[in-house]
Amino acid sequence: MPDLTKTSTTDETAAAQDEVVAGSAVSAHASTGKPRSLWGDAWRELRRNPLFVISSVLILLLLLVAAFPGLFTGADPSTGDQAKHFLGKPELSHVFQADWFGYDRTGRSIYSRVVHGARNSILVGLGVTLLVTLFGGLCGMLAGYFGGFWDSLISRLIDVFFGIPFLLGAMVVLNAFTDRTVWVVMGALAFLGWTQIARVMRGAVITTKHADYVMAARALGAGTKRILFRHILPNAVAPVIVVATISLGTYIVAESTLSYLGLGLADDAISWGGDISTATQDIRNNPHTLFFPAGMLSITVLAFIMMGDAVREALDPKLR
Amino acid sequence: MGRYVARRLLQMIPVFIGTTLLIFIMVNVLPGDPVRALWGDKPPDPAQVAQIRHDRGLDLPLWQQYLHYMGGLLQGDFGNTIAGNRPVLDEITQAFPVSMRLASMAWTFELIVGISLGVLAGIRRGRFVDNTVTLFTLLVISVPIFVVGLLCQLFFGNELGWITPTVQDSEDMGQLLVPALVLGMVGLAYVARLTRTSIAENRQADYMRTAVAKGLPRQRIVTRHLLRNSLIPVVTYLGTDVGTLMGGAVITEGIFNVTGVGNLLFQALARREGAVIVGVVTVLVLVYLAASLIVDLLYAVLDPRIRYA
Amino acid sequence: MRGAKSAKWVAIAGVVALTATACGGGDSDNKGSGKVDPKGIVSYANGEPQNPLQPSNTMEAYGSVVIDSLFTGLVHYDKQGDITYENAESVTPDKANKVWTVKLKPGWKFHNGEAVTAKSYVDAWNWAADPANGQQNSSWYRDITGYEDVHPAKGKAKKKAMSGLKVVDENTFTITLNHGIPYYAYKLVYAPFYPMPSAALKDPKKYGEAPVGNGPYKFKSWDHKKSIQVTAWSAYKGNNKPKNGGINFKAYTTPQAAYNDLRSNNVDSMPQIPDSELANYKQDFGDRAITSDYSAINTVNPAWYSKTFKDIDIKVIQGLSMAIDRDTIVKTTFSGTREPATGWVAKGVKGYKAGACGEFCEFNPKKAKQFVEDGGGVPGNKISIQYNADQPHKGWVTAVCNDIQKNTGVKCVGDPKTDFQADTEVRDKRQVKAMYRSGWVLDYPFNGNFLADLYGTGVDGNWGEFSDKKFDALTKKADTAKTIDESAELYQKAEQQLKTSFPGIPLWYNKVTSGYSTNVKNMEFDQAGDPVLTDVEVFEK
Repeated sequence: MPDLTKTSTTDETAAAQDEVVAGSAVSAHASTGKPRSLWGDAWRELRRNPLFVISSVLILLLLLVAAFPGLFTGADPSTGDQAKHFLGKPELSHVFQADWFGYDRTGRSIYSRVVHGARNSILVGLGVTLLVTLFGGLCGMLAGYFGGFWDSLISRLIDVFFGIPFLLGAMVVLNAFTDRTVWVVMGALAFLGWTQIARVMRGAVITTKHADYVMAARALGAGTKRILFRHILPNAVAPVIVVATISLGTYIVAESTLSYLGLGLADDAISWGGDISTATQDIRNNPHTLFFPAGMLSITVLAFIMMGDAVREALDPKLR
Repeated sequence: MGRYVARRLLQMIPVFIGTTLLIFIMVNVLPGDPVRALWGDKPPDPAQVAQIRHDRGLDLPLWQQYLHYMGGLLQGDFGNTIAGNRPVLDEITQAFPVSMRLASMAWTFELIVGISLGVLAGIRRGRFVDNTVTLFTLLVISVPIFVVGLLCQLFFGNELGWITPTVQDSEDMGQLLVPALVLGMVGLAYVARLTRTSIAENRQADYMRTAVAKGLPRQRIVTRHLLRNSLIPVVTYLGTDVGTLMGGAVITEGIFNVTGVGNLLFQALARREGAVIVGVVTVLVLVYLAASLIVDLLYAVLDPRIRYA
Repeated sequence: MRGAKSAKWVAIAGVVALTATACGGGDSDNKGSGKVDPKGIVSYANGEPQNPLQPSNTMEAYGSVVIDSLFTGLVHYDKQGDITYENAESVTPDKANKVWTVKLKPGWKFHNGEAVTAKSYVDAWNWAADPANGQQNSSWYRDITGYEDVHPAKGKAKKKAMSGLKVVDENTFTITLNHGIPYYAYKLVYAPFYPMPSAALKDPKKYGEAPVGNGPYKFKSWDHKKSIQVTAWSAYKGNNKPKNGGINFKAYTTPQAAYNDLRSNNVDSMPQIPDSELANYKQDFGDRAITSDYSAINTVNPAWYSKTFKDIDIKVIQGLSMAIDRDTIVKTTFSGTREPATGWVAKGVKGYKAGACGEFCEFNPKKAKQFVEDGGGVPGNKISIQYNADQPHKGWVTAVCNDIQKNTGVKCVGDPKTDFQADTEVRDKRQVKAMYRSGWVLDYPFNGNFLADLYGTGVDGNWGEFSDKKFDALTKKADTAKTIDESAELYQKAEQQLKTSFPGIPLWYNKVTSGYSTNVKNMEFDQAGDPVLTDVEVFEK
């Protein structure tokens, strides 16, 4: 749903992965006998891609901000000074000072909030991506490798989850917990988002399953576990990584959508999404309260999607 | 072909049952009692609460409620709302045409503009046009939809006065235009990106070189060969997007006061109107299943190598 | 009755109001240019009513405003909170305030031509009291003798009529109460006490979709979830004859959407400006902006059963109250559209007296800190304020918490529940962690409504399980007073008592904030926050 980003990446990436899968299979063929691997090729390709370099520098910087917000600002993000600073305008010349981006409705430094909000927002993005990759990946692998009953079961389950409206799903999960911590919000988004990775993984495994080297391994008497984790997974994981990096950004956007619908993080947690939805109130008079958190969110999402794009191009020989 | 369709239709049954059951359970898990809520903050009247529960069958165990509901559904009865006791079918038949209009406009927008931008970018890969399109799509994806919607309403509606800030008449296509653009924006970005990648890949395919070598006109190469072969992932996306455009427009419909499915669902959730929620989702699931079947059949049209037995 | 109203409950809209009738109201001439079209239609931003349109089944804001345009009750009240007679010629109690005699103005008719008689009232109330008819407002009749026979706590009605209602003649009937209530006439303002024609009782389903009343407007059409239209009724006998041709109640799902439409003259008025536009509406509408008195109050109440407040020293709560800089929050968060509260009773009702809370509602950070310390502090040194996140409460909750934290050192966080339903459930089940927000709009313009109905031990509106024996005794005494004025005075004493037991922290009084389009003039709101639609005049196009 374009509105809610729940599935926005699903089909683009699912479809895109088809080509990547084909590509990885091809390079897997090529790699037999040569020391060069798909990953080595990709890495060489990536290092030369300015898109990748820029995005990884950005991401590293953002991770630094998220990990050590104290390095970037000393201002208190949660208690404000009502009387003095209500909705002060940005002082762009005061670089890195508390009033750099101005103050919000309750007189809190927007700069400080943007810095401190990075952790929760990025944590949600990373956490959800990790959860859906693990769970969705496992389901997809089972469905793709074993086929038959398991495939039907999981595929139908995916269809069922497609039918759940985002709002309903989020409400159910979020109401099940009294404290809406980052973990709960992660859980809600993962609950609604795992199907995407599952589809991608399933497709990738099906393609890889029939590759010659898997046949060979099987003929040599390798066990299911060994085939799955040693032979299939490394070669099927490429499209999953691509999809995961791209969707990471959309999960951060999804968190803000949840906040807008009143389903976001608890009040004492600072996040860009929460601040953006609060700032929509001041959109007319004080657009700067919206601009800065929204800008940071956009930059972060851009960085992750750009990286995903770069990785995709690197893993797809057809695009070189 | 016939057998394939039959098999697919059969597979829809468990999905259908699973989804409705899941939604049924989820609605019941939500805190808040819709009957008690009729009184708002006021103390409810126990005698009447019991009466309404009994009337709507809410005093039965959950599995019985579900069976009753499914039984009614087979006869085309979606049940009644808790507040007002109106047939749910009325609400659905009122909201769906509105959403259908809005969604089809957004969809057409995605289809035409999205594919055009994607083709442009894909053919001129790495050039200025490509970079501009890519940047634009990335921006669209990275800004939350409610921000886009509110800004459009404020800017076009209140500041410039080009449109009425909200939709006054949901049958007037002109008024639905901006909401449809907002709704289709993200989808457009995805369609453009998909098309671009797909085109860029296929551009170097052997059949393209053959076509160029044969001396076919450029126009024909792009439309008949390149586009047709590149459209499969785009069609997949556009197909499944029909359902999500209809049911997922909660925010857009809220901002522009469109009384469509998204709004209906949102309000039903706020009021815990179980029958309405399940009813709407039921129809949406049908739309989604039908759309994915059509998409799969379209594959065969686009790619003659695909045959369904 | 007793309902603390929380702003949302009518699904999504930001309308803070249950109801009371909208009629009467003053005149103030706005400088309108152009000619007035007496047949012009006023459009008003509303939403889809929750229930079928029956007066005894309507209590939420969207339905009420429509019902109030279609019906005229026995009495109403004016800006001073005094009773005015509408369909009634007189409503007089006996000495004990137990038997009330109602005399109707003769010659009134329903829109379908049926005469409005004593029987129209008595039959309608008896019908609505019967649980089999599923009328949600039925508990409003519970003061009347014999209500239990018609509406037992469980099971079916034992009798068809309440013994306390007697038709004396065509235009006279008496109401006998279980016990004397000096201010009972105020309750008669409310919609369940409207009359209904006989057809309403014969085919309630049809009636609910196309109601017939005795009020200034006649029902025309109801296009579900889009609009409800009513037209001026030429044969109307009441004081508030419509000055326009009719009203189009347009359904909106969010107040923001309505506001944007109002700004571009696509709708003529709306109930309450959304919080996000409070800073702008005066500028947007200029002299078409409306800011008027509204008898509603906001408080933050402790859940007395919670771990945090179970054994609290009252001094701590008084300290928390003094830590809140109401003036600044009102200015910053609400752009001055609220007024700092100085007591527990809202302005504009009979018996309102400023300053009941005294110094405890004045900002004093030093004393606040000292009081909290003297009282032994808060267990765990942390409190939370529960609110429903589907309404824009987050802003002020954050500001209040900010003040408390800064001035007393007690950690304070908002505790949002996803929506009003979830919020209510937590309060119903007595699971509030520390404090909860509470808002109350008058049911009737009498101070007792804000006191006994909210803080009396065990009453329905008392979600926090507050209990103060002295206060209970004082309200009981007030209820047995001889006259309304005497009762109001005694209730003032009861309010004074709350200073020492502090059932909730008073924050601010609401104001009606609205505006109107360039198409109309004379748009006003009464103190219950309801529009006075009959007075609105529409310019010729």
